Amino acid sequence: MGMDFNTKKLKKNAFRVSKVRGMGASRIRVPGGYLNAEILGMVQEIAQTYGNGIVHLTTRQGFEIEGIRLEDMEEINQKLQPIIEMLEINQTDPGTGYPASGTRNISACIGNNVCPFANYNTAQLAKRIEKEVFPNDLHFKIACTGCSNDCAKVRMHDFGIIGMTMPQYDPSRCVSCQACIKGCRSLSVDALRMENYKIIRDTEKCIGCGVCVTKCPTRALTRSRKKYYKLTLMGRTGKKNPRLGKDFLVWADEENIIKIILNTYKFVKEYISPNAPGGKEHIGYIIDRVGFEEYKKWALEGVELMPETIVNECIYWDGLHFDNKGK
Amino acid sequence: MGYQLSKPQAEQLFRELTARYDLYAPVVKKGDGCFSDTDVIRYEKVSSPYEIAWEAKSDYSFKEALLPVNETLFYFTEDETTVPKGPRKDLLIFLRSCDLYGVKRLDEIYLKNGYEDFYYARLRKRAKFILMGCPSTCTSGFCVSMGTNRAENYDAYLKLSGETLYADCPCSELEAYIKEAGGAEAAVSPDYAAENREKVTLPKKLSNESFNKKIWEEYGSRCIGCGRCNFVCPTCTCFTMQDIFYRDNEKAGERRRVWASCQVDGYTDMAGGISFRKTQGDRFRFKVMHKIYDYEKRFGYPMCVGCGRCDDVCPEYISYSNCINRLAKEEEAHEE
Repeated sequence: MGMDFNTKKLKKNAFRVSKVRGMGASRIRVPGGYLNAEILGMVQEIAQTYGNGIVHLTTRQGFEIEGIRLEDMEEINQKLQPIIEMLEINQTDPGTGYPASGTRNISACIGNNVCPFANYNTAQLAKRIEKEVFPNDLHFKIACTGCSNDCAKVRMHDFGIIGMTMPQYDPSRCVSCQACIKGCRSLSVDALRMENYKIIRDTEKCIGCGVCVTKCPTRALTRSRKKYYKLTLMGRTGKKNPRLGKDFLVWADEENIIKIILNTYKFVKEYISPNAPGGKEHIGYIIDRVGFEEYKKWALEGVELMPETIVNECIYWDGLHFDNKGK
Repeated sequence: MGYQLSKPQAEQLFRELTARYDLYAPVVKKGDGCFSDTDVIRYEKVSSPYEIAWEAKSDYSFKEALLPVNETLFYFTEDETTVPKGPRKDLLIFLRSCDLYGVKRLDEIYLKNGYEDFYYARLRKRAKFILMGCPSTCTSGFCVSMGTNRAENYDAYLKLSGETLYADCPCSELEAYIKEAGGAEAAVSPDYAAENREKVTLPKKLSNESFNKKIWEEYGSRCIGCGRCNFVCPTCTCFTMQDIFYRDNEKAGERRRVWASCQVDGYTDMAGGISFRKTQGDRFRFKVMHKIYDYEKRFGYPMCVGCGRCDDVCPEYISYSNCINRLAKEEEAHEE
């Protein structure tokens, strides 16, 4: 019997068709790159039983088990079940593996579980977003990063979520040591200065990175109760027009960011090119075609922003253009 | 005499106390720690025993209740100065044994070291101290080594066990409040740490050579000069002066005194641009020797009370207690 596989279906099932005839790879999504080490043993077992013993740590913080035979996919899906359950991935039919692959794993930096600079629990938010958006065949890339250092490179994603904190200043605890000023100057954007021995924060400059808070030796500077985020839009790599994501919302909240992401799915469904190969068209290119104004209308549908949230009403992306040479 | 109070009685007691006293106690400040989603325990006014952080040691000491971080000494106009009024209420300060020994150090500096400090004295004279027990040792403290693990001169001892508040009350004034709240008699004696994990041996004497030891260079290369060790210390008493001229009218303003740190840039700056102790190593040596040597030479007992807060707070993991032990060992070797 010849090898007969529906490649479109198997790709949606999170398998890959490889260079070698009949051989593929199994992709495991790990939201936020955050997992119980027990899962490593499960991945190992699948790799040694069905694959060639090699596992690739993917660029999106998942696993890709190499060298599996396409005919073993069903069995592998059974073996993936406990991993899918432990990571609480939304699934339609248990035992059938991943129901989609278009919307990619939500990646994240290590966040405030470990990192002193992070302004929130990135893994938790990544998991929450995963729950909201997966499964979906549309090609969305979303990433969460704890602070403006952007270790997760979220500006290379359709949606980048950067943690912010609104510094809270209690002048009665301030000893004018200027550790915050020096920290902000050398590590961040130089938004602080001292007047009459007290700190003045330039709110236009401040990016909410939280460096001043970590530098303060007396707790005169602390984090806001509310967690704030910057939402960057439509960064991407690619052959035509790689570009960095640009700030859409600054000082935004979690709920509205999730709403905007979900609204964008509706926008893409409406405007995706009918000729998009494999039903995949980068959202940035769709927005280029229909215009940012139209996108914004869809994105902000039903969104009620907090008064402190800044919306960038117009966004133009530049980046490298390889798609209009000689035109 | 010891007492025990039920939750409603304890709440009643605190309500009555707050009419006459400002109660300063360690409180968990949610999310106010250095890092995201971390807490800090520091002193605040409380009105209920259930607001107090009884378990863990506070990150910052009680001293800000007697020595505010910022204190306005007087306001000035072109031809007059006005001293702000002192506290409206008396003070009740909740603290542990090591910190109560810290009060003795503050008193030494501000009351007995030459002139009595007006501002400190007017708070101090209205303060009573409520001892909080240590049923077991904290991780970094070395109160046993410093002889500060059992305080006796407290006005009252309070302990919260479940919802029941236990009290031992040598102070008759406070005892009246406890009786009034309906406290039943009970045998109560303060919990104290009989042993610490950290044990510290002070050098018996310091040689002149100790001044130029390699370890000061080593600590100097590690220390970032943030001053946290000073700010959390219950015995650091240094302040600096700031004259503020109001922006809208520079002929009026105020003079403040503000906590200072011997580790932070500017501490030894003097008129004429002179500055002593320029390197971080020199500053660190100065601090350590002041805590365990200079002060003792002057007042007859070491300054450090062994609370361990400086070890807990140091972002560069410099252990002051380990430094002292190293110094003692090296000096011992030197003697032999």
